[in-house]
Amino acid sequence: MAGPRNISVSETSRPVLPRHAKLKYDETRKVWVILAPERVLAPDEIAVEVLQLCDGERNVGDISDQLAAKYAAPRDAILTDVIAMLQDLADKGFLTEAREKTS
Amino acid sequence: MSDVLGNPTIPADASDSLAVLEKQRSTAETFGIPLAVLLEITHRCPLQCPYCSNPVELDRSGKELTTEEWKKVLSELAEIGVLQVHFSGGEPTARKDLVELVKHASDVGLYTNLITSAVLLTRERLSELADAGLCHVQISFQGVEEALADRVGGYRGGHHKKLEVAKWTRELDLPLTVNAVMHRQNLHQLPDIIQMSIDLDADRLEVANVQYYGWALKNRAALMPTVAQLDECTHTVEEARERLKGRLTIDYVVPDYYALRPKKCMGGWGRQFFNISPAGKVLPCHAAESITGLDFESVRSNHSIAWIWQNSDAFNRYRGTGWMKEPCKSCEFREIDFGGCRCQAFALTGDAANTDPACALSPLHETIFKQAEREAEGETNRFLYRNFAGGTLESENGA
Repeated sequence: MAGPRNISVSETSRPVLPRHAKLKYDETRKVWVILAPERVLAPDEIAVEVLQLCDGERNVGDISDQLAAKYAAPRDAILTDVIAMLQDLADKGFLTEAREKTS
Repeated sequence: MSDVLGNPTIPADASDSLAVLEKQRSTAETFGIPLAVLLEITHRCPLQCPYCSNPVELDRSGKELTTEEWKKVLSELAEIGVLQVHFSGGEPTARKDLVELVKHASDVGLYTNLITSAVLLTRERLSELADAGLCHVQISFQGVEEALADRVGGYRGGHHKKLEVAKWTRELDLPLTVNAVMHRQNLHQLPDIIQMSIDLDADRLEVANVQYYGWALKNRAALMPTVAQLDECTHTVEEARERLKGRLTIDYVVPDYYALRPKKCMGGWGRQFFNISPAGKVLPCHAAESITGLDFESVRSNHSIAWIWQNSDAFNRYRGTGWMKEPCKSCEFREIDFGGCRCQAFALTGDAANTDPACALSPLHETIFKQAEREAEGETNRFLYRNFAGGTLESENGA
């Protein structure tokens, strides 16, 4: 059975989309979408950029570092935004955490 | 089942960064290719539910599209911009090539959903489907306990099997939706159905009150809930939604006979939905073939699916508002609900262009409402089971 549903996103989380949520570029409508059961979500540009970095390897801290460098923006502000966006996605059931190999 | 599909549900709390695409499209977008398409790959089904959403005249297996034809359809759908496909039926697992079709759909980039009664599945086959890329499983339940559930489905042992398959679904890490079709004879089990969904570790529950066309219309006297039952049902859903926030999403469809405003059926005829029948007909809704006088094009014709969607007479007949008569024509809600359900208007008034009698502005509304109330209070509980023979009446002792 699945683990606890409500994950809490933090700097050390290693988020990844679960198999039932798929990030895809929709060639017809020229937008990025998240495909989920009975839902099609349209993430904005920033959300897409974050989600493309969510590979289950990088943690939220790494992702924020990368975005802070790319946009020459304050890391703290980026981190706050990234956590809020990912938490929102997690609360909707469209984000999971990569499991540790040990424990 | 597909009444929910036809009325895409929109989470009320969609935040700014994650807008829901249907919502963005709902007003501005007109007839762009739908995001999701329902594929009724067969009408064969081991169950005989008296409210089946299939037409009363079922397609026999000899008329079904072949594996190659379905694969071609899937490729074409992906090409024109469809993002999700729902494999449905009948019972889609009755097709021996289902794994191959799911695999092909995944290969061409479609998000795949299986809408199933589950009774024909083995753990091995479900596992093969998961490996083929299946993204989501929806299992129908007819109640919470064997006696009633198996009687409604007309299939002994069905309920037990469904519970087993639901468990395998989660063990294979596939997300699960419980679909519960509700009516007078099982509404009292709703609180237990909600608990069952939690126990089965489902993410979503569809509480879908029966919509009365086709088989369900024939069984209306045995299925119609009372107003009191419906009020309690709504209350139960609202309470559970609050209590289970973040744990279980509940989609809710009310029986429209008791509403004042008709439903925006299918999101409006030919606006955001089509389905493909076992024989390959491209239909504006799964009940559309019940409307006589419409000629539905097939994927076997020389036309592309995109052409059929945009140009065929059947899709254009009730599109937009130009076809409307009074009271729809001058109604301020005409672009909100598009006059309700065309199939229901046809079934109850004989003309699909009439206002759906579910609307309080229909001259027939009062009559229909009273009739439903009367039937709901009645004692007619025997079902007419759905089958290829045109239906079989339940025996006196309920077998």
